[in-house]
Amino acid sequence: MTTTEIAVGGLLRLATAGSVDDGKSTLVGRLLHDTSAVMPDQLEAVRRVSRDKGLAQADLALLTDGLRAEREQGITIDVAYRYFATAKRRFVLADTPGHVQYTRNMVTGASTAQLAVILVDARLGFVEQTGRHTVVSALLRVPHVALAVNKMDLVDHDEARFAEIAEEFTEYARRLGVPDVVAIPISALCGDNVVEPSPNMSWYAGPTLLEHLETVDTDGVPEATRFPVQYVVRAADFRGYAGQLSSGMLRVGDEVAVLPAGHHTRITGIELGGAPVQEAFAPQSAVVRLADAVDVARGDMIAPVATQPIPADRLLLVGCQLASRPIRVGDRVLLRHTTRTVRAVVEGIDERLDVHSLRTDNALDTLYTNEIALVSVRTAEPVAVDPYEANRHCGAVLLIDEASGDTLTAGMVGVPTWWP
Amino acid sequence: MTERGFGVRATTRARHILSHLDALEAESVHILREVAAEFDRPALLFSGGKDSTVMLHLARKAFLPAPIPFPLLHVDTGHNFPETLEFRDRTVERFGVRLLVADVQSYIDAGLLQERADRTRNPLQTLPLLRAIEANRFDAVLGGGRRDEEKARAKERVFSLRDEFGQWDPRRQRPELWRLYNGRHRPGEHLRVFPLSNWTELDVWGYIRAEDIELPSIYFTHRREVFLRGGMWLAPGSWGGPGDGEPVQERMVRYRTVGDMSCTGAVDSPAASVDEVIAEIAASRVTERGSSRADDRMSEAAMEDRKREGYF
Repeated sequence: MTTTEIAVGGLLRLATAGSVDDGKSTLVGRLLHDTSAVMPDQLEAVRRVSRDKGLAQADLALLTDGLRAEREQGITIDVAYRYFATAKRRFVLADTPGHVQYTRNMVTGASTAQLAVILVDARLGFVEQTGRHTVVSALLRVPHVALAVNKMDLVDHDEARFAEIAEEFTEYARRLGVPDVVAIPISALCGDNVVEPSPNMSWYAGPTLLEHLETVDTDGVPEATRFPVQYVVRAADFRGYAGQLSSGMLRVGDEVAVLPAGHHTRITGIELGGAPVQEAFAPQSAVVRLADAVDVARGDMIAPVATQPIPADRLLLVGCQLASRPIRVGDRVLLRHTTRTVRAVVEGIDERLDVHSLRTDNALDTLYTNEIALVSVRTAEPVAVDPYEANRHCGAVLLIDEASGDTLTAGMVGVPTWWP
Repeated sequence: MTERGFGVRATTRARHILSHLDALEAESVHILREVAAEFDRPALLFSGGKDSTVMLHLARKAFLPAPIPFPLLHVDTGHNFPETLEFRDRTVERFGVRLLVADVQSYIDAGLLQERADRTRNPLQTLPLLRAIEANRFDAVLGGGRRDEEKARAKERVFSLRDEFGQWDPRRQRPELWRLYNGRHRPGEHLRVFPLSNWTELDVWGYIRAEDIELPSIYFTHRREVFLRGGMWLAPGSWGGPGDGEPVQERMVRYRTVGDMSCTGAVDSPAASVDEVIAEIAASRVTERGSSRADDRMSEAAMEDRKREGYF
């Protein structure tokens, strides 16, 4: 296999959620192993350490649990990124621990994911944790969710059991507005329906998990063009604005607005890696030249005049608290949106979400670690945000502690339609 | 770098879906520009190896037609392959960038570092690196590390905060969401930034082929005198040579990584071109570090420990 045969379908970013008990490490280990992303020397190291620990078989979690504390405590603390490829696609897998105290890790993994794999144990079915993982996927607007019903070998490969779990899950995910839901019966331990179709579940006619990952449509819903300015490139007789297209595409000649100031101008040139082109599209990193000598700097947003966002200084966010310390009403923070950082004050924290019951309660003006609630902020200067439901990159913000620089809160602009 | 090197691959433009290499390139260019925009004094770690050479190529593309807006920093162990140093100097000249060298030998000469019994100098690089960062007041240091290299690296952020002693605390990492890289730091702290985090060894070689990037000659097959130590083919040099019972032989070898000569092993290989190297790696059953780095074989947590102390 050479790279000319690898990954003609581009890059798919996915996140896995579930606990060790659901067999997540076994599933990830199998995906890596069966796509040859794990080398014999790594497997041998895992076998050796497993033997030293007195385990009967190789503990594939050791492949991903890279930190000393994780190995010592037998838990996964952090998001681990894993890479594998097939003839059809290259995959970036964010492997996130599933325990309740690690909601923030799943939020992190899901923020860049185009697909989430949620694991359940076929014996236990849809449990609280499954609900939490689905809510996080829905909140972060992961467009595709695949439910892997694992340990089918332990329920006699029973079709009715699978159908029952799949139905409950699909109904739940649809209610949260997840656009694409697929359920797949697997046994990660035996390898059934992970890479190879299972000989034990002839009643299942759908794709294996890997086939699904290889073929899922990544085009997504078209989003309005957004080009956040990162950096001004200056050379002799040259002034251009560097950035990565968040969404949509730009063409030479387009009438654009520069926000938040609102100047209108026209694109006179686009370059990719120093070479002039007629158009650029997301997620390309480009340099754009403008007709007028308008004042453009890092933090400005270039968008088509017709579909430009409206800058605002009062934002309502769904906030997820990432830091170990809480935020409270009255806190002064920095708000980061695309390439723009502005001062902001937290003006309200309400409607804390119970991810199990999907009800809200009073947040008492405080947001603690791993909690999700509505957060209203006022910014010192207007910010050209989109609703997160309309644009994943331009509807996303971070709240940052000015003194320590720590990332406090992940925020998604607007309130999802399913919010209770 | 050829003309072709700066174009857009045709497959990309036709379908409005980026090939995986184009997607990785766009992400890395974004990260390099974030560093240039958010930091006062960044530097790019350049060893002359394939990863830092690819990173330098990406930095060039990120800022054209302007020059690369930061200097390069090389930590020279004093036991580098001569071919790598020659390549480093030629590359620096061709790109018109400024090179700073932190020299392990001068730290040994000054008594600040001690030569180890095994003559391996890789672990000795940390102090000169941290001193160079401090002396130049670098607030961001770009490294070519990839998450697929090693499992401690698999959990490191793209923007990785180091305390005022240069140390990495894996339990106190900032969550990294969307494309929002948080580079804020207190005085004395700095960030290590890894634009190639999401690349694999095969991606790096695929990109070298697609962009026609020049590399040091030792990445390709050549005849070399080597001897076997700890299961690796080491080349004698100024760092030392074979001991008793370590016969020297001539073999056709190449290097999968280029580090300190004392701990970087050669692999038997007839691969003379990028295509042949790619075919060889794709069929390989051993990881890059497993095949050629003695320093990572020291313990289960060797890399994590060195990273905590401030290593690359």
